[in-house]
Amino acid sequence: MDNPTPATTPKALWEGSGVRTVLDKLNAELIGLTPVKRRIADIAALLLVDKLRQLEGLQSQPPSLHMCFTGNPGTGKTTVAMRMAEVLKQLGYVRKGHLVAVTRDDLVGQFIGHTAPKTKEIIKKAMGGVLFIDEAYYLYRPENERDYGQEAIEILLQAMENHRDDLVVILAGYKDRMDTFFSSNPGMASRIAHNIDFPDYSEGELMQIADLMLERLNYHFDDDARAAFAHYIHLRRQQPHFANARSIRNALDRIRLRHATRVLEADHALTREQLTTLQAADILASRVFNSGASH
Amino acid sequence: MRITQGTFSFLPDLSDEQIGKQVEYCLDKGWAIGIEYTDDPHPRNTYWDMFGMPMFDVRDAAGIMLEVTACRKTFPQHYIRVTAFDSTHGTESVVLSFIINRPAKEPGFRLIRSEEPGRTIRYSIESYAVQAHAEGERY
Repeated sequence: MDNPTPATTPKALWEGSGVRTVLDKLNAELIGLTPVKRRIADIAALLLVDKLRQLEGLQSQPPSLHMCFTGNPGTGKTTVAMRMAEVLKQLGYVRKGHLVAVTRDDLVGQFIGHTAPKTKEIIKKAMGGVLFIDEAYYLYRPENERDYGQEAIEILLQAMENHRDDLVVILAGYKDRMDTFFSSNPGMASRIAHNIDFPDYSEGELMQIADLMLERLNYHFDDDARAAFAHYIHLRRQQPHFANARSIRNALDRIRLRHATRVLEADHALTREQLTTLQAADILASRVFNSGASH
Repeated sequence: MRITQGTFSFLPDLSDEQIGKQVEYCLDKGWAIGIEYTDDPHPRNTYWDMFGMPMFDVRDAAGIMLEVTACRKTFPQHYIRVTAFDSTHGTESVVLSFIINRPAKEPGFRLIRSEEPGRTIRYSIESYAVQAHAEGERY
């Protein structure tokens, strides 16, 4: 019998598999996050090579794709997880590609015997898709040894092992607290193949993020406003409780409020331009500039 | 006596893989899967006991199969069936149901003849499975 594999170069296969579109879309919609994108590309490559190996009759075991996302607040962990389900579906790793996002409340029960059915219910729901556990370290409360969180972890571990083909579990949380969580739950650490650390955004990236957010809302900065906002980002980054993209979103929301108040004071009909342009004055009224001066 | 009921009743019992595929078909149609069990396979016994809630929000057959396994483990010697509920307005009923588990020994039915006035005879059937135990010991 002839060799059944079609004579395609790996490159052509990569282009034709739809993986390219997925990665392009990620690149367009997520600013920065190079380590994350690289890891997704690696996974995509492995899945493709696995398919080739299967055609050759070689052993091909689907890789374990349980992941852990760590990073500072607002670095896009949740956003990427939401996207991940879609990506894995397009790569053909999960069958349904839906995302079940849960926190401690959804997994851990309130009395003895309540936790197991609750956790199993969630696992059942997540089958064929992605189970995303936000702030996973809350599952384990070392200060209370009777805490039911431990039971939820054990059931999760079992599901992660036995239903590897049906379910991808993604844990997310802040770096230091996830480290503590893993050191006290070595079973969990060993079952997670991919630890992806989300870096903080640079000022340039934050600016790009702001532009992207405004574009979606049909707003834009004028030139002065852009300069003012770049300065705002610079100052805000040095202040406490800076939460990367989340702070930017909040700042933009406040700027829109000031913009709305300002344009309402006009005594003539508003043009489309006026309704969409954010000016420097809207930004410079921020508290961040005052406290920056007083320091 | 091998009881047959519902869809696929003329086929041999489905394997787990086949059950999974049928369930997948139901889920693709947007039907909600429920699992029900009973010890009394009387054809007029429409309402079997539900094993857990109907699974309105499970998206994949693997999730349903978890529940199937759990139900078989709990009731190995009962009849278990999978039902698919179509919630479309105007339908709102079970549109497909098939047996996925049966007891090792199926005793079948007893034919009851009751004499009525005027030499009339009325016939009915009763499951031996039900007769075997008193009400309180059946569950």
